[in-house]
Amino acid sequence: MTAPYVLTVNGTERTVEDAWLGESLLYVLRERLGLPGSKSGCEQGECGSCSVEVDGELVCSCLVLAASATGTAITTVEGLQPERSDFTDVQQAFVDEGAVQCGFCTPGLVMAVHDLLNRTSEPSDLEVREAISGNLCRCTGYGRVFAAVEAAVAVRRGVVS
Amino acid sequence: MDVVLPTTVDEVVAARVEQPAAAVLAGGTDLMVAVNAGATRPEAVIALRTVAELATWRREDDHLVIGAGVTYGQLLRSELAELVPGLAHASRTVGSPQIRNAGTIGGNLGTSSPAGDALPVLVALGATVELAGPDGRRSLPMVEFATGPKRTALGPAEVITGVRVPVTGGAQQYRKVGVRNAMVIAVASVALSVDPGDRRVGVGLGSVGPVPLPAPEASAFAADAIDWATGTLVDPAAARRFGELVAAAASPIDDHRSTAAYRRHAVAVLAERSLRTACAPGAPDREVAA
Repeated sequence: MTAPYVLTVNGTERTVEDAWLGESLLYVLRERLGLPGSKSGCEQGECGSCSVEVDGELVCSCLVLAASATGTAITTVEGLQPERSDFTDVQQAFVDEGAVQCGFCTPGLVMAVHDLLNRTSEPSDLEVREAISGNLCRCTGYGRVFAAVEAAVAVRRGVVS
Repeated sequence: MDVVLPTTVDEVVAARVEQPAAAVLAGGTDLMVAVNAGATRPEAVIALRTVAELATWRREDDHLVIGAGVTYGQLLRSELAELVPGLAHASRTVGSPQIRNAGTIGGNLGTSSPAGDALPVLVALGATVELAGPDGRRSLPMVEFATGPKRTALGPAEVITGVRVPVTGGAQQYRKVGVRNAMVIAVASVALSVDPGDRRVGVGLGSVGPVPLPAPEASAFAADAIDWATGTLVDPAAARRFGELVAAAASPIDDHRSTAAYRRHAVAVLAERSLRTACAPGAPDREVAA
């Protein structure tokens, strides 16, 4: 169809071939690069389930034109956890606190919480609420998510093992 | 379909001349929604992400020139938040962190929704929109740039390079009503700028007209109502009258988000509160910390 292009995903250069150039980064990650961790919820930037980092900025991958993201460093939820058996501290906190119900919103929330804790080691309640305000959970799991953020903060502070 | 990644403004203009039907892509928060939904299938896309000039801002004496590619997140977090607090206030109400990291001030102008959050602030500040095209560069006052709902004075091969806004050192406010705090399109919004140097009060109204509206009578009234030596209102009751004059400048409609009557009421209340806060002892209120 069109010329191939190269994306750098989780530190690896990946070539995208035979793709329509209007495809979103979310579509390319899931359907062409075998990275289904980012979820496709609304495809309009409302739900946050497809959150990834592009050059260190948390964005909705559904709103990134994949072919325009050449030369950027893309990190997906799979890139947080290079060894598939290992959870990150944030993922472990989500499990421990029961912040996962159906799980569809979880990858996006995990990305958002990593982004928050990478910027702020001691977030206020308001900062936590604002940081996850772009991630919709329809299992009404926000209370558990707040608990998970608190637990992850405590782990990073070295208070809890 | 072709995706072009120019690196200079000249290259963007050349690409616009060569491919007049190409869509221009900034943060993607509007265009990609339409592409994903199949509402548009552009023949070509000119992506602005790699144009260095658009991603930067600079100070020119008592003004700032903010590149079109500067994101809401940058307006909110960087030194810009101190210099133009009104834009930081407005940016913080946009979408979510993910949207603010992607969406740009130039994209807000290009889409020119009557609800675009940065736009009333630009009206209140008396900003100009900086454009580049085949015939060179030009500046347009913000109030001339937006010509209708999602319509602008942008020429066919032109590109928005940025905005030029004053650094006033005075209080700036942006207040917005919506159905919730995050991820919400303004039902009504008010931007206010109190410029102690020029003794000028600027007002911009969002979602209450086909374009973001100024409120010249309300502005003149407020400028007379302020004791400029102290920055406070001579008579605090003037704030209410200010709200009434702002409401009179609104031109709202009934639609799926709200009613004209509610919107007119809302801008009166928002304007009154904004002026009270801006003129409270101890203002300017620059608190925008995220």
